[in-house]
Amino acid sequence: MPDTQALVNDFLNKLKKRKIEGSQATAKQTAELLRSVISQTRMPYTNQAAALIHSVKAVGERLIAANPVELAVGNVVRRVLHIVREEDLSLTTAAMAGLNLSAESDDEDDTDRDNHPALSAAAIAAASRSTLRPPSLQTLLEDVPDSAAVPHTSSSGGDSEGKSKSADKSSRSRKLKHDVIEAVNELIQDISTCHELIAEQAVEHIHQNEVILTLGSSRTVLEFLCAAKEKKRSFRVFVAEGAPRYQGHLLAKELVTRGLQTTLITDSAVFAMISRVNMVIVGAHAVMANGGVIAPVGLNMVALAAQKHAVPFVVLAGSHKLCPLYPHHPEVLLNELRSPSELLDFGEFSDCLDFGSGIGAPLLHVVNPTFDYVPPKLVSLFITDTGGHNPSYMYRLIADYYSADDLVLERRTTSGN
Amino acid sequence: MDPRRTARTVSGPKVRQVGFFTPAPPERSISDPPRFQDPIQPPSPSPTQVNDHSPSGNSLSPVMIPPAHHHSDNFLRTALQVTSPTKAFSYSAKTVTIPPENEDVASSFSPGRKVFSAKSPSSFPGVKASSVPASELTTVSVVNLPPGISEKAGGASVEVQNDRPVSAKTLKEKTSKAERRALQEAQRAAKAAAKAEGTKASSAASKVVTSANTKPSKAAKSSSQKNDGSQVAASEKKGGDRAPEKDRKKDAPHPRMQYDDKSRVEKAKKRAVVKQTEARNRVELFRHLPQYEHGTQLPDLETKFFELDPMHPAVYKVGLQYLSGDIRGGNARCIAMFQAFKEAIKDYSTPPEKTLIRDLAARISSYVSFLIECRPLSISMGNAIKFLKNRIAKLPLALSESEAKSTLMLDIDRFINEKIILSEKVIVKHAVTKIQDGDVLLTYGASSVVEMILLHAHELGKHFHVVVVDSRPKLEGQLLLRRLVRKGLSCTHTHVNAVSCIMQDVTRVFLGASSVLSNGTVYSRVGTACVAMVAHAFRVPVLVCCEAYKFHERVQLDSICFNELGNPDAISKVQGREEINYLDGLVNQENLQLLNLIYDATPSDYVSMIITDYGMIPPTSVPVIVREYRRDHLWS
Repeated sequence: MPDTQALVNDFLNKLKKRKIEGSQATAKQTAELLRSVISQTRMPYTNQAAALIHSVKAVGERLIAANPVELAVGNVVRRVLHIVREEDLSLTTAAMAGLNLSAESDDEDDTDRDNHPALSAAAIAAASRSTLRPPSLQTLLEDVPDSAAVPHTSSSGGDSEGKSKSADKSSRSRKLKHDVIEAVNELIQDISTCHELIAEQAVEHIHQNEVILTLGSSRTVLEFLCAAKEKKRSFRVFVAEGAPRYQGHLLAKELVTRGLQTTLITDSAVFAMISRVNMVIVGAHAVMANGGVIAPVGLNMVALAAQKHAVPFVVLAGSHKLCPLYPHHPEVLLNELRSPSELLDFGEFSDCLDFGSGIGAPLLHVVNPTFDYVPPKLVSLFITDTGGHNPSYMYRLIADYYSADDLVLERRTTSGN
Repeated sequence: MDPRRTARTVSGPKVRQVGFFTPAPPERSISDPPRFQDPIQPPSPSPTQVNDHSPSGNSLSPVMIPPAHHHSDNFLRTALQVTSPTKAFSYSAKTVTIPPENEDVASSFSPGRKVFSAKSPSSFPGVKASSVPASELTTVSVVNLPPGISEKAGGASVEVQNDRPVSAKTLKEKTSKAERRALQEAQRAAKAAAKAEGTKASSAASKVVTSANTKPSKAAKSSSQKNDGSQVAASEKKGGDRAPEKDRKKDAPHPRMQYDDKSRVEKAKKRAVVKQTEARNRVELFRHLPQYEHGTQLPDLETKFFELDPMHPAVYKVGLQYLSGDIRGGNARCIAMFQAFKEAIKDYSTPPEKTLIRDLAARISSYVSFLIECRPLSISMGNAIKFLKNRIAKLPLALSESEAKSTLMLDIDRFINEKIILSEKVIVKHAVTKIQDGDVLLTYGASSVVEMILLHAHELGKHFHVVVVDSRPKLEGQLLLRRLVRKGLSCTHTHVNAVSCIMQDVTRVFLGASSVLSNGTVYSRVGTACVAMVAHAFRVPVLVCCEAYKFHERVQLDSICFNELGNPDAISKVQGREEINYLDGLVNQENLQLLNLIYDATPSDYVSMIITDYGMIPPTSVPVIVREYRRDHLWS
């Protein structure tokens, strides 16, 4: 599959050179790439899910390695893996149900959710469910003994069941791939529409004459505010410019052209102004499993100021930004340092930036990080495309989107590098 | 130089006319003029030692009258004087060449002269004596006298008398600080003594005059008070009474101008020298603060230069420098203002039928309002002006114009030296003890005191790393960074947004302040609060360095009720980043407001310690300092 290879390489290059801006674009492109990878994967007769997972993982690892800081890539790869597993499972359970208990409720099998009447296919269904999700209270109550076997079935779940039923292989092989691609399409759809879904909730959070503060620019925030404006809310927005990229200017421009009362302030004035602000609404780069936020630089400061003045700090994040990892020392490990030229004029300080002291160390260092880490205790609310959530609920939300097995993905790639 | 000085020395007597109202002079003046007129004129212009003393002598004269000693001296000296007329005349020839000022001086001279001549004999002849190789005794007295004169009341400019008499230094005002300090000390001592001793003082003083070197000042002082007799004493008392009243009133700081009060704004506009156009899109929240177009005043002011005649050129210059941002930083602005005021006072002469105290105070007020139009005052400047006005108000009525002026100028010098320069040094001394090897110090913006601290610590050989945090739009941190790196300090530079990324490595935060308010709030460059807050969140101690003269009794909880707004256009354009031009066409949109705050208020919770010239104090002790300071120094 030379063409996918070329596509992958192209995308890798873009990621490495940081050509793709914004986690939404990255996520969408990653999903599209993975879709083409899946469609190009030659399906073996047995163990198809494993084959798909393998090929997706192979590409995913490289993508993640290309830009480990762009967590959206890893998120999408995991989502796709999760989709593969889930589709495979639903096919399996459907087949099982069809084989064993056609008399039993077929239609309910299709929905295959937590309300499954676990009578006849209880063992398989419960096992399969627990492979996909971390144990919830319900599954724990349903069958305690089976959960011990979960890891085993999960790792080889596809192949054991694939072996067991070779009868309708051909139809299933096509069906699996088809279903997976369908689901990935849905994912892409989700990613591209998450703005609207989030923006729909705007009126529920913004009241008349509200004063809102935001920093930098985020498309989600822009659409959120504009959605509220379109619903005839009148409110004012303070936009902190967000050095060193000054995206706030861009946001201010967009807001002004849409008729919102906008005041542009410097980042340093955030603390001064926050006492007159009703709500801080910001975008995020990624949301970690503990509810912490990787956000554009400066937001930690804003969050602290908001906390000091008891101003709600609301983070808007599409579901593709939910990352199943727990942050460790995120200020350094999940950060990226940009060029000092954004802060200092090279021409002016070139003599200081080189090895001027004679000891061998430059006298002048310039730190220009891209991201900030906002700990969960500073966040009041997450608004995602599925609604508003507490930071403490994030891990649960994440469990809905990712399979526990895929969390390892990144560790292997990072250790490989 | 010399001509000017002489002119001024001559103009001195004018004041005397007003200020000196003992009944005695007329008779003397009648009797004396014929004798003294000639000798008087010559000495004043001549630059050499002889007449150098004369101006001082002039100034001193009223002081010296009463003691019997002097009268006896007078005779002696008058006698001596007679010996020197030829010399004197030769100098008088020079006076003729003296610039125009001389003329009006001359015109106003005659009346003043009479008075002057009446008193002058005592000191004046003394001067002569020095020129003439007379008895040793007399010369000694001459040497002694001048310093006292200069301290006390000085005829013309302080510098003249200060330097010349002692060693004929041509560079005025360049006298060593130590010398001036000594003078100031003497002066203060004299004042204290005068107050304490009361009536006794005069006799003691008269004795003193002849003896020690530093004491003359005291003598002069006390004698002057005595000299003016009951009236002066009364006026002094009145002044004394007045002061506490005022102080009490001042306990509650009077409200500031609120710019959302339309009628008052209109009134203020009528008075304004500078016509300012209001900013297009004023920020709603800050209606109570002046929001004017920036950059419009400058050309306007330039064209008005010749129309604004009440404005002294030095004040005018400083105003323009504020406006253009050439002078910034609390201390620099304060010093520049005071230097300008000093110039203005030096060139000041009381218009006829006005009292110096009232007129000068009014004059200073007009200067101040001009400066406010150029740029709103900083709190430190407000304090400094309060100090100066207080000094003016408390000038003894008996002082001659020249004396009053020189007193004021000395006061100004003293303020600059003690309250700013010395206290900076003290702060540095304190703060350096808080820097250890291996420290990572973070500072924000560019504070002159913090810079001095860092440099001093570096000179002491301490090994530490400095993080300079900067923010738009002024980017003052870059200037500081530049200076520090030049001096060989190892630095890290970052912007204010990234401060939380770097804070975990920092061991101490040093911040400057524009003012410390009495509830412990630190009023400082915008962004300081952010840095302090992040430091607090990371449990890093925050040390605020601030001179005690910047403390203010006002309280403030947020940064909105009082603040200063900078040029909004500085926000829309990012210096050095032309690609960021999203707002280019939009600045006139009425939806868009650009807010350029200059200051913010850091709550006292974030401040671990305030380093001031009184030592290192917690923010809760600020009101104590404010109170003590006001009682002890500023308003005494």
